[in-house]
Amino acid sequence: MIAPFEWLDPKSLDEALAALGAELGETGRSTLLKAGGVDVIDRLKEGLDSPARLVNLKSVPGLDRIEKLPDGGLAIGPLVTLARLDADAQIRAAYPALADAAGHAATPNVRQAATLGGNLLQRPRCWYFRSADFHCLKKGGGRCYAQEGENDYHAVFANRVCAIVHPSAAATALAAIGARLQVASAKKRRTLSIDDFFVRPDADVRREHVLAADEILVGIELPALAPGVRTAYLKLGEKESFDWPIAEAAVRLDLEAGTVRSARIVLGAAAPTPWRAPKAETWLVGKSITAETAAQAAAAAIEGATPLAQNAYKLPILETVVRRALLAAAA
Amino acid sequence: MSADPPTGGTPSAPAAATTRKERFLYGVGVNSFLERNVPLDEPPPWPDNDRLARVGKPTVRQDGRAKATGAARYPSDIQLPGMLYARMVVSPHPHAKILSVDTAAAERHPGVRAVHVLDRVLGNAELADPTKEIASKFPIVRFAGQPVAAVAAATAAAAAEAAAKIEVEYEPLPFVVDLDEAQKPDAPRVFPGDAAQEESEGGGGGGGQVPQTGNVRGPMLGRGAKPDGKKAAEDALSVCDAVVDATYRTRVQTHSALETHGVVADWKDDGLTVYASTQSTQSVRDELAAIFDLPKAKVRVLTEFMGGGFGAKFGAGTFGLVAATLSKKTGAPVRLFYDRKEEHLSTGNRPDSKMRLRLGGTKDGKLRALVFEGFGTAGVGTGAGTAGPAQALYRIPTIWTEESDVFTHAGPGAAFRAPGHPQGCFALEQSVDDLAEKLGLDTLALMNANDEHLARREERRLGAERIGWHRRHPPGRDPNASGPIRRGLGVAQAVWYRINSMDSGCEVRISQDGSVEALSAVQDIGGGIKTAIAQVVAEELGLSPQDIVVRVGDTGYPPGPPSGGSMTTSSLTPAVRNAAYKAKLRFLEEVAGAIGVPADEVDLRGGQVQVRTPPARSLTFRQAAARLRTEVVTATALRSPEYGDRGMDFLGGVQFAEVAVDIETGVVKVERVVAVHDCGRPINPLAIESQINGGVLQGISYALYEDRRLDRATGRMVNPNLEQYKILGAMETPEIEVVLVENYLARSSTDAGGIGEPATIPTAAAVANAVYNAIGVRIRELPITPARVLEALGKIPGKGAAR
Repeated sequence: MIAPFEWLDPKSLDEALAALGAELGETGRSTLLKAGGVDVIDRLKEGLDSPARLVNLKSVPGLDRIEKLPDGGLAIGPLVTLARLDADAQIRAAYPALADAAGHAATPNVRQAATLGGNLLQRPRCWYFRSADFHCLKKGGGRCYAQEGENDYHAVFANRVCAIVHPSAAATALAAIGARLQVASAKKRRTLSIDDFFVRPDADVRREHVLAADEILVGIELPALAPGVRTAYLKLGEKESFDWPIAEAAVRLDLEAGTVRSARIVLGAAAPTPWRAPKAETWLVGKSITAETAAQAAAAAIEGATPLAQNAYKLPILETVVRRALLAAAA
Repeated sequence: MSADPPTGGTPSAPAAATTRKERFLYGVGVNSFLERNVPLDEPPPWPDNDRLARVGKPTVRQDGRAKATGAARYPSDIQLPGMLYARMVVSPHPHAKILSVDTAAAERHPGVRAVHVLDRVLGNAELADPTKEIASKFPIVRFAGQPVAAVAAATAAAAAEAAAKIEVEYEPLPFVVDLDEAQKPDAPRVFPGDAAQEESEGGGGGGGQVPQTGNVRGPMLGRGAKPDGKKAAEDALSVCDAVVDATYRTRVQTHSALETHGVVADWKDDGLTVYASTQSTQSVRDELAAIFDLPKAKVRVLTEFMGGGFGAKFGAGTFGLVAATLSKKTGAPVRLFYDRKEEHLSTGNRPDSKMRLRLGGTKDGKLRALVFEGFGTAGVGTGAGTAGPAQALYRIPTIWTEESDVFTHAGPGAAFRAPGHPQGCFALEQSVDDLAEKLGLDTLALMNANDEHLARREERRLGAERIGWHRRHPPGRDPNASGPIRRGLGVAQAVWYRINSMDSGCEVRISQDGSVEALSAVQDIGGGIKTAIAQVVAEELGLSPQDIVVRVGDTGYPPGPPSGGSMTTSSLTPAVRNAAYKAKLRFLEEVAGAIGVPADEVDLRGGQVQVRTPPARSLTFRQAAARLRTEVVTATALRSPEYGDRGMDFLGGVQFAEVAVDIETGVVKVERVVAVHDCGRPINPLAIESQINGGVLQGISYALYEDRRLDRATGRMVNPNLEQYKILGAMETPEIEVVLVENYLARSSTDAGGIGEPATIPTAAAVANAVYNAIGVRIRELPITPARVLEALGKIPGKGAAR
């Protein structure tokens, strides 16, 4: 049952920000931002959220632009749909990792509605979190049911407090690319590195990112990539249609004459946040990407994993997608 | 409605006078004939399909346009003036005693018209001795999701809000939701005494005298089992040249039809009208009439369109009982349709299974002995048996089967598209594949040597040719392996029973304006019976299927068979043809009189009344109808028993699958399926092909994805939606090639068979065999997930490889 709520169509960002700031304290219910509405409608239907007000960001002009930055990078509005990211020629040419992450998420129907901002800020898909039947830690309850429960789709890293995996494919790709996020509140604007954007459960189990209640994600900036910088993203799910990944990898390789100058390797569907593999990244520096080095880096990327009772199978899959993503990026 | 006696004779007439001999096509292909007695008032046998005008020809669905455009009104679309919306309150606990139900706040909620606290729940097994029940004012809760109370209100929102205000106080009791745990002697008992469930029309449940110990109800033994039978079978195994001894497991699959279970019930002084999403209008009527003590004639059930059913939509259902109760209380129509979560939790499922199968054969390629021991849980229901294929697919001299239901605190199982067979086939056909390898034989050669079903023999031949069976490589040795991808071929077979309902009737009316109507209470659940009726009537009357107005899904019409067990077309089309034939004879008699020729000189063909001699005097059907003396000529017929002896006929079906397995990720992709099937005389090959496509897809989905997951700590389902309960989608759809074999059995005036169940029985087994062929390691547990493939390949840290 969806509880009744007020619907707001702000005509400007300021109006949207003002709506966020306005207190609705007497009901104890919140204001919720809605972009494509894909995740929000699921949460409303299950009763996970019952906001007093929905702020429809689609009515704010200008949030769906893709623009060149002075330094040659790109600024992507949060309301740009996944379908557009997949189809956009500049993105596909310069940031194939993002185009592929967007283009393989969910289904064609969903990608037409789902937005980049919404994809980054959606809540996790853990089946305990998603079901009103389980009052888990993330919802203010006393336990993480996945620890001893049905945990085959759960995290294999950083999973001891809460074992969600971060649901955003775009986040995996953006973490590899090294994106910056523009955030606005009524009072100020700030820019965050994507490395600082996500919150681990051991820091705060109730949230997945650092946005404050009065802030809106207003832009995603992709750095200009020098020639020789390559990105790639790979997803693996049990199904290709309408399914969440069981393993993802996104990589960014800075190559010079075939040799790795620096690497960013990010595992998705592996941890409560996009999961960097620093050891593998460091190990690759100075090497060329071959079947052998890719395999060794991939093995390093899953070191230190702490699988739960039912999800050790994800390790060889994560290892495989990392290896394949490295080879794809270098190809 | 008045039904003519099926044999047309009077009680005093000598038996010999009620039938005549007719010569029928018989067997696969059309070269053999057989003589059988036919009731005098039934039409002469049809020739083979090639010589018919409408039957056997691909025919577009009569209601295809309405469905595709959204014009079709399904039961869940029904809106009646003043209609109320009902909402259930369900238990969050898997086992509990309800101490109190406080409805006061709900009753005061704006818009609420009635609140009902349930005093019974349908669809579960029941205690043989009700006095053994735990003392309680309310029904004992035996699964999470069991309905407890319901609200009817002016809007759906008001009903949901009010339902949330009903306060139920539970005393939680110990529970068990796992098949293995429930069998332990100290497991919490689901029922405090012996319990059983009546068999549904779809074939679920299963009564009989069966022992029960703790939660284990069984074993149920194969027909004609002798006391020393098991030892005899084990002795026979011990002298075989090769024996396969393996244990297989399958998981619970939910039906997940697009339209959920539900009704709109409209209780009025002069009777109860129910719009139901059902596979049997008659079963809904009969159960509601019995529960509310109403004459059947005062209960009318309507199902003009129907949004899918795979065996779980029979009878009134708890929702139907509650909706009718609320309608009776309020005097207003009440709509009660389950949401997807309720649908997953409480409306039925394919039980899981754990099957040990021992199969032995000798070097001459003969199967010699089979011992099957199966357990499965249908939750709080029964009907988890899976021995069907082991009992019926092959000719094996010594067979022992035993199967047990295990009660758990989970939603009841229900008949599901060939109850027990996809599971049993998964075990049997993998064992056959294994045994062939052990005996050094090709799997098809072993099947040929032990399977007497003539249609299946032809199906194996055709299918092997189509899939390119000669390409099949030794297990795990794909000669074209590229990178991590390994391909493989597999085959598996189906056996199903030709069953018919005599409650199958049709009325055919020809009006003076030349329009033709065919009426039956049967419901078209998507199989296309409406179109088949039109084809059969058109064939008999020399018209086109579009000329026939078919009205179904109304218990006010002659009875219709249940749409389950692959029996709809087989049961109903003979009654349709017989009614059309009788109407035709009456029509021709009047027309012949009107134009002054003998009745046996005229026939209907190509939209014309044809006069044999001289042919020039023919007139159109419509012109002829105008000569009728009264507004309408009508005839009604019921299904008559199968022609010939009483022996059971079996439907066959053979499916071949080609898969690609990524041995690094464990992902299995089914690339191609060749499905070769028989269903007696095919009536509408287009609809049959559709149904086979659906069966194959449901089978692949079962093989690779579907898995109802219960949280062991709470007994609650963690994936009660269509996102986390995974069903195959467009990207997982392989190339499917359907081949139909005409298999004439000389059993009725249409000789049609069914296809719903056989279409899905062998798919999972064929996929599993193909996976084995691809990677050389056997997966004996469904679904075949990346996790299971990688574990079998020994690629998961800390877990050993299979075999």
